[in-house]
Amino acid sequence: MALTLSEDQQLLRDSARSFLDDKSPVSRMRALRDERDATGFSRAVWKVMADLGWLGIQLRAEHGGSGKGLREVAVIMTECGRVLAPEPVLSTLLLGANAVRLSSNEALKGDVLPAVAAGQRLIAFALEETGRFDPYAINTAAVLTADGYCITGEKRYVLDGHTADQIVVVARTSGAAGDRDGLTLFFVDADTDGVEIVRTTMMDGRNAARVGFAGVDVGADRLLGNAELLDRVLDEATLGLAAEMVGMAEEAFERTLEHLKEREQFGVKIGMFQALRHRAAEMFAELEFARSLVLDGLSAVDEDRDDISLSASAAKTQANKAARLIGAEAIQMHGGIGMTDELDIGLFFKRLRAADITLGDASYHLRRFASLKGY
Amino acid sequence: MADLESFRREVRDFLADNLPDELRVGNRPDLPEEPLRKWTAALAERGWFTPEWPVEYGGGGLDREQTAVLRGELRAVRAPVESPAGVRLLGATLLEFGTEEQKRQHLPGVARNAVRWCQGFSEPGSGSDLASLQCRADLDGDEYVINGSKIWTSGADEADWIFCLVRTDFDASKHRGISLILFEMDQPGIEVTPLELIDGTAHFCQVFFDDARARADQIVGPLHGGWTVAKRLLQHERTTDSATHGDIVGESKETIVELVKREVGMNNGVLADAVLRERLAAHEIDTRALDLTMQRAVEEVSAGHRGRDIGSVGKFRWADMMKAEHDLAMDAAGSGGLGWEGPGFEPAQLERTREWLFSRAHSIWGGTDEIQKNTIAKRVLGLPE
Repeated sequence: MALTLSEDQQLLRDSARSFLDDKSPVSRMRALRDERDATGFSRAVWKVMADLGWLGIQLRAEHGGSGKGLREVAVIMTECGRVLAPEPVLSTLLLGANAVRLSSNEALKGDVLPAVAAGQRLIAFALEETGRFDPYAINTAAVLTADGYCITGEKRYVLDGHTADQIVVVARTSGAAGDRDGLTLFFVDADTDGVEIVRTTMMDGRNAARVGFAGVDVGADRLLGNAELLDRVLDEATLGLAAEMVGMAEEAFERTLEHLKEREQFGVKIGMFQALRHRAAEMFAELEFARSLVLDGLSAVDEDRDDISLSASAAKTQANKAARLIGAEAIQMHGGIGMTDELDIGLFFKRLRAADITLGDASYHLRRFASLKGY
Repeated sequence: MADLESFRREVRDFLADNLPDELRVGNRPDLPEEPLRKWTAALAERGWFTPEWPVEYGGGGLDREQTAVLRGELRAVRAPVESPAGVRLLGATLLEFGTEEQKRQHLPGVARNAVRWCQGFSEPGSGSDLASLQCRADLDGDEYVINGSKIWTSGADEADWIFCLVRTDFDASKHRGISLILFEMDQPGIEVTPLELIDGTAHFCQVFFDDARARADQIVGPLHGGWTVAKRLLQHERTTDSATHGDIVGESKETIVELVKREVGMNNGVLADAVLRERLAAHEIDTRALDLTMQRAVEEVSAGHRGRDIGSVGKFRWADMMKAEHDLAMDAAGSGGLGWEGPGFEPAQLERTREWLFSRAHSIWGGTDEIQKNTIAKRVLGLPE
């Protein structure tokens, strides 16, 4: 159970870092936001990510991939987090395409995954219907028809939904909202009759969508799986998002440390004040705790351990805790300038909070951890 | 690997032959004396009381993998293994800084658990500012004459020897005039007074030196260079303590999860108190994160990573974790945790209450939380001073 990156993984990290520092500094994300860009990210950068092999890194060779693990995806997400790259790695790779990859629908895999690896397909994941994260609180109904299912319902906070070519939808074939049983994942083309997508601009500069399904017909060959698949997809995506948060928190922390070393008040560097030094030590500890739990969770997935869900909830809880502390302290320690839009720290603060809420806040994951531990 | 497996079998055979069932309960204060003495002697006979030390000093001469196997097997059967100051603190320091004569004189006694050591570092006027220490050693022929006082000295009332920081150069700056010296406790110039703590026990003593004597060849490391040696020794203290915490509140008792479940009760498979439930989950996650981080610190060192030293957070986060665990145990018990002695309370509960009181010490001894954070800010984060 290695808690350090292998040599290959370090090489991947280094090349991702140098590519992103060069082609995707934080200013790129800022410009996309300021221009209210219709896509919200760069299709050109997405294509380069495909050419670099990142988009197929977890896919099998027959699907155009290189057969690596979640650890490798997470390495890339951490680096994307450092520069706040807005490309749809989480939504397409770890939610939409991963639901296909982890399903047993081989025909669909053959159709979809090579296009994802080539950067030619964007896939959203339509799960949530209410504000507070609860993956089983699904009302969207899928009713059996002569040649498949008919889906009716309203989804919200569908990450990058406005650009999706295809959408994985979590719908209910039986039971009531809150039941784990009766959930089914379907694969729907975004341009199917009855699908209505409305882009929503989020406070972190990213985009999500409201996606309505008004009696959308789906063939029986578009079934992906049930709640077991949903749990696994969410666990992997949660770990990937936590890895991205480690990258964001690390960068916000490093920038704050630089500020403490440079800013002078009362004739001295403010990093000499013990009130700030001790808090910096706390930030460091929270960050490294998060990194340890994320690395362990990634091992749990790649080694197919039996505590994947537990590790994912532990990692997200701690990543959220670190994000809260480091985000808040980064603003506070920068003082007035930290409140300005001009300084990038605010962009980190907003993205950290958005990621904290996405796929479950600390309250959700603490309760889930407790349930998994039998109390 | 095949060698490791045969070593594991050797350990298991040894345990079957030497560790009686009555001792397979972890470290507890009430273990039967004679079986415990025999078991410890058998362990020491193999050198396994100090498994990594070289054989010539009474150690087991085991490599890192073998040591891990041995420790794992001992844990698996809940074998009681003491970890006295001579092993944890002095041993590693002597191996690094001691002369050949000092190692041959002192290490075998520690390895047999026959000679008890105590640590003379803090003084009444020198706590966090340890280097301001005033206890003095004046050279008189081939001996030093020691005068002053040490405080928070665990086990001073039972110790045969002390490793003690003393001032040997009175003109140098405070860090440069200190030496680490070893001397016997059983001599006329030494008086030991136990200190009763808030938990009602006397874990610590104050020691008074009035013309106590130490041989001049018992200085460990360079004369006046004791501060460097002391810092290394404190590093050992911090890493061993953050790496070796067991389950809650002593080794043999129930885990914190079992304890909270029993005290609070379950309601349809869920802990009956929602707030304590969240705190317990958060505590378990913290514990997991601490364990993984200390493990990662070791892996990073062996892999030659040159990032920030993550092991540096171990001591203060370990103290946080221990205090949180005892607080949780107390909160779960409610008024049941308020007993002090006598009838009306389970002995185990009385013990837990006192352990909760003692747990406040974890963020004080071995470098307070505040000192730990100062060190991290300076050495690990590179903040200006």
